[in-house]
Amino acid sequence: MIKPQIENRIRLSEINTGRQVTLARVQVGLELTSRLTSLGLTPGVKVQVLQNHGRGPIIINVRGTHVALGRGEAEKLLVEPCGDA
Amino acid sequence: MSDCHDCPSPDTQRKPHNPGTPLIALVGQPNVGKSTVFNLLTGMNQHVGNWPGKTVERKEGTFKYAGKKFTLVDLPGTYSLSANSAEELITREFIVTESPDLVVALVNAASLERSLYLVAELIALPAPLLVVLNMMDVAEQEGYHIEPDVLEAALGVPVIAFTATHLQNTQPLLMAMKTTVEQSIQHQRRIPAIRQDHQLVLDEVTAHLEKYPLAPYPVDWVALKLLEGDVEITRKIKGMMPPQEWEEIHYHLRQHDDALLAIASGRYEWIGRMTRAAVTRPKVGQISLTDRLDRWAAHPVAGLLTLGLVLGFVFWLTFTLGSPLQILMENYLVIPAANLASEALSSAPAWLRGSIVEGIIGGVGSVLTFLPILIIFFACFGFLEDVGYMARAAFVMDNFMHWMGLHGKSFLPLFLGFGCNVPAVIGTRTIDSWKSRILTILLAPLVPCTARMAVVAFLAPIFFGDKAIFVVWGLVALSIVILILLGVILNRVLFKGERSAFIMEMPLYHIPNWRTIRLLVWQRSLSFIKKAGTTILVISLIIWLLGYLPNGNPDNNLLTKTGRFLEPAGSIMGLDWRLTVALLTSFLAKENAIATLGVLFGSAAGSGFTQAIAAAYSPATALAFLTVSILFIPCAATVAVIRQETGSWKWTFLNIGLMLFISVLAGVIVYHAAGWVG
Repeated sequence: MIKPQIENRIRLSEINTGRQVTLARVQVGLELTSRLTSLGLTPGVKVQVLQNHGRGPIIINVRGTHVALGRGEAEKLLVEPCGDA
Repeated sequence: MSDCHDCPSPDTQRKPHNPGTPLIALVGQPNVGKSTVFNLLTGMNQHVGNWPGKTVERKEGTFKYAGKKFTLVDLPGTYSLSANSAEELITREFIVTESPDLVVALVNAASLERSLYLVAELIALPAPLLVVLNMMDVAEQEGYHIEPDVLEAALGVPVIAFTATHLQNTQPLLMAMKTTVEQSIQHQRRIPAIRQDHQLVLDEVTAHLEKYPLAPYPVDWVALKLLEGDVEITRKIKGMMPPQEWEEIHYHLRQHDDALLAIASGRYEWIGRMTRAAVTRPKVGQISLTDRLDRWAAHPVAGLLTLGLVLGFVFWLTFTLGSPLQILMENYLVIPAANLASEALSSAPAWLRGSIVEGIIGGVGSVLTFLPILIIFFACFGFLEDVGYMARAAFVMDNFMHWMGLHGKSFLPLFLGFGCNVPAVIGTRTIDSWKSRILTILLAPLVPCTARMAVVAFLAPIFFGDKAIFVVWGLVALSIVILILLGVILNRVLFKGERSAFIMEMPLYHIPNWRTIRLLVWQRSLSFIKKAGTTILVISLIIWLLGYLPNGNPDNNLLTKTGRFLEPAGSIMGLDWRLTVALLTSFLAKENAIATLGVLFGSAAGSGFTQAIAAAYSPATALAFLTVSILFIPCAATVAVIRQETGSWKWTFLNIGLMLFISVLAGVIVYHAAGWVG
């Protein structure tokens, strides 16, 4: 399957604990989009990974709120490195 | 079909409220301390009911300030005005269609940016708005400094700071509410801007919409929701207009089906502008208390260990403190009451004396003695919830819940089931996907509630003496294993292994509010007492009468006959007619099993019953009975809420059937296995 726009983008689920990234792309269904955005996850926002143990859900800090994300959801969010890590 | 559980109510007409009593709506995102503020303001002057035609709790209360009475409605917590759940839909419908005199938006000062998202939506609506910054103490502790005046100037709506810990703190809040309700000066509100191309679409859609009577919905708001792709509003508007007209609107909307992301981003940009001057943020890299605690509590290994210790402690506390209290209540309340009533009624006919002493006092009394256990359990649960720990429990359980196609959020209602299955089934409302919710509801009755635990904990020592503790824990473990197996199977069979998204806020840890916990315990206990006073009272009386009629002869009364009729079914599990009857009556309330056996073995309380029952049954029969008891069909109250929450008899009967099948199967296996082992 070809996914054209992912070249230099990484999945949020692959980011290690402590690193900060910029959310680049939210490509999920409308309902999930609505829930993600109401918790602060919009493209361009800085996301700090607070806990990622390689399996299971992760915890992120977005706009001062701690949010738990299932691994499946974190895999659908594409991020870019944001310099000040 | 009644399956349409979250349809908007048809009567969206504004009900005229009492002109002398302004109607104030309290709204806020989850975890902003909304119920604490509501309880602080209304105290005991509150009424808990249901939203008409809905299964969502409606909390309404009144308070007086400066000689004036106000009505306060506590709306369900919502992150936005996009209705992603039945509860969020209620909040939205209320604010948009009931036109309250004031909307009080509670905002968490410690996560202001995210919290103001709801305000970004509310501010575009016509209702008067007051923003209350709650949890200022937590914010300070996390390193945030907020100036309410500066925020007020930026937003163009009144803003006040608040810390909901002391009653005297409410004075400025009350004053602000009163002045905002009465004010005639219109502030100049700042509303989030819409991107230029989206504004053009909005204008186009608005032009179409203006031909239709949308009131009480504001036209601009409806247009915006259509652009966001809101399912509920889209359905509503689509049904309102001829297909060609809808096609035209739909054509414009379709060009921008990703508008939601842009609109949401726009709202956060607005929030950024509003808070720029008002908020000083903590230094980057500062590690907060929550971060430190979560390294343990949310760690995949240490977190599970923590959870195990916490739950173990809750059960230990509940039963160590609760059980002696239960015995005290039995000895100093129930038995003396029975003796007193017996003396007072010594000249009354035997049926009257018997029905009161053995039926009512014996039955209801023994059930009420569970109250201390329940109170302690609910208090522990309320405490863990209030400090913010329960979200961590859900987080670390997420992996395990995956086996059943569920996610972490399903763990909380299931855990609540250890207290009582009724709040467990109701608690599934927080689960956002319908499939996950149904599955969690179906599994909830497998969690042994305090009533079943009490039956088992009461009978096990009688049958098994010192080994009782192993029997009790074995039965609990059996229930959990069956729950997991059933979850895995149901997920494969019914839902083809689908899984819903797991997104959950992890609230900051904070000092618990005792008032909130107290009120929670009070409300839950009260509903248990009501149950004892109604259902259980009637059942106890009926059981006693069935055991007495037609003439008080123990060998041919109606209860004996029913039991003997069903005895062949019971006997495959080694149960005689008395145990069969006890199981039947436990359908109405699990605790009835003890009350029934008490009545059947001749005395409501005292040592006679214990000895008689221990002598009557073999260990295999006793074990089979306890196994079936802990797994038997959900009690009447649970069945009622399952019907209410699923909105369908199909799921309700499926659930009852499953439990009946599982319990009988387990009973047969245990009886024969125990008989074979010896």
